[in-house]
Amino acid sequence: MSGGMIIADVVISGLLLLGGAFALIGSWGLAKLPSLMSRLHGPTKATTLGVGSCLIASMVYFPAYGHAWTAHELLITLFLFITAPISANLIAKAYLHGCRTEPDENAPAAEGMPVAPPHDADWATFGRDEELEEMILGETGDASPERRS
Amino acid sequence: MRRILPHPGLTAMLLLIWLLMLNSFSMGGLVLGGIFAVLVPIYTAAFWPDRPGMRWRLPLLLFLLLVVRDIIVANFHVARLILFRRNRDLRPSWLAIPLDLHSAEAITLLAGTISLTPGTVSADISTDGRHLLVHALDVADPAAEIAHIKARYERRLMEIFR
Repeated sequence: MSGGMIIADVVISGLLLLGGAFALIGSWGLAKLPSLMSRLHGPTKATTLGVGSCLIASMVYFPAYGHAWTAHELLITLFLFITAPISANLIAKAYLHGCRTEPDENAPAAEGMPVAPPHDADWATFGRDEELEEMILGETGDASPERRS
Repeated sequence: MRRILPHPGLTAMLLLIWLLMLNSFSMGGLVLGGIFAVLVPIYTAAFWPDRPGMRWRLPLLLFLLLVVRDIIVANFHVARLILFRRNRDLRPSWLAIPLDLHSAEAITLLAGTISLTPGTVSADISTDGRHLLVHALDVADPAAEIAHIKARYERRLMEIFR
């Protein structure tokens, strides 16, 4: 076994351990943290550093053992980084809806409803602003009436 | 040209991703990828009405490096919070961040950045598009945290989108 292989093995093992540790801590956070919104912080950790280290380990492993280098790890990173914030955002929006329709008196203040934003606006989960929709969607926003409900 | 390639950047990116997925270069892959890379932007053009000018230069690269660095640092910070802080000592808080960014794409990128850096998750935007609702796991001083996010991410995004 050459010196280069030993270094590669050490790097791969270290990255796998680091990734595994962060995935474990993220899951532990999911179980331990007290409320839905704070639990949401667990999964964002597992996907960023936990999965990231495992993917870098994979990128080192295959060339080091004479296999072809693949770009799939980079793509997995890209897709995760695009989808993770969106799923977290949807869960947060579902939580906000739940807070308004079934308020929980026992929830700590910071975990309950956020205060409404200034200038008579509301959070977009609850209200709509025609002006903003027009600004963002332009004329195409009116093309699909079934989306407006 | 605008009709065939409404979003040249998106076309180039789709073709690149397609070729990376195939993981080998072949003429067939290039042609099929090219067909998709032209058709998908045409069919989704309605979702991108104003295509803000992005500067694909140094500021964007520096921003990405900064975000990667912050993700790593913040991961260790939040891991420490989960392992060593008792639940009742955590100070979770909602933050309403006033936005100076106006384009939908820039705000989306800011919200995604905030969600990816552990310890903060962006939850909602105000109906007038001027505030972003963010949940933070542990903040001592909400005003300072808001100022930190604005100075660190939003100011750089304003340089990229203009």
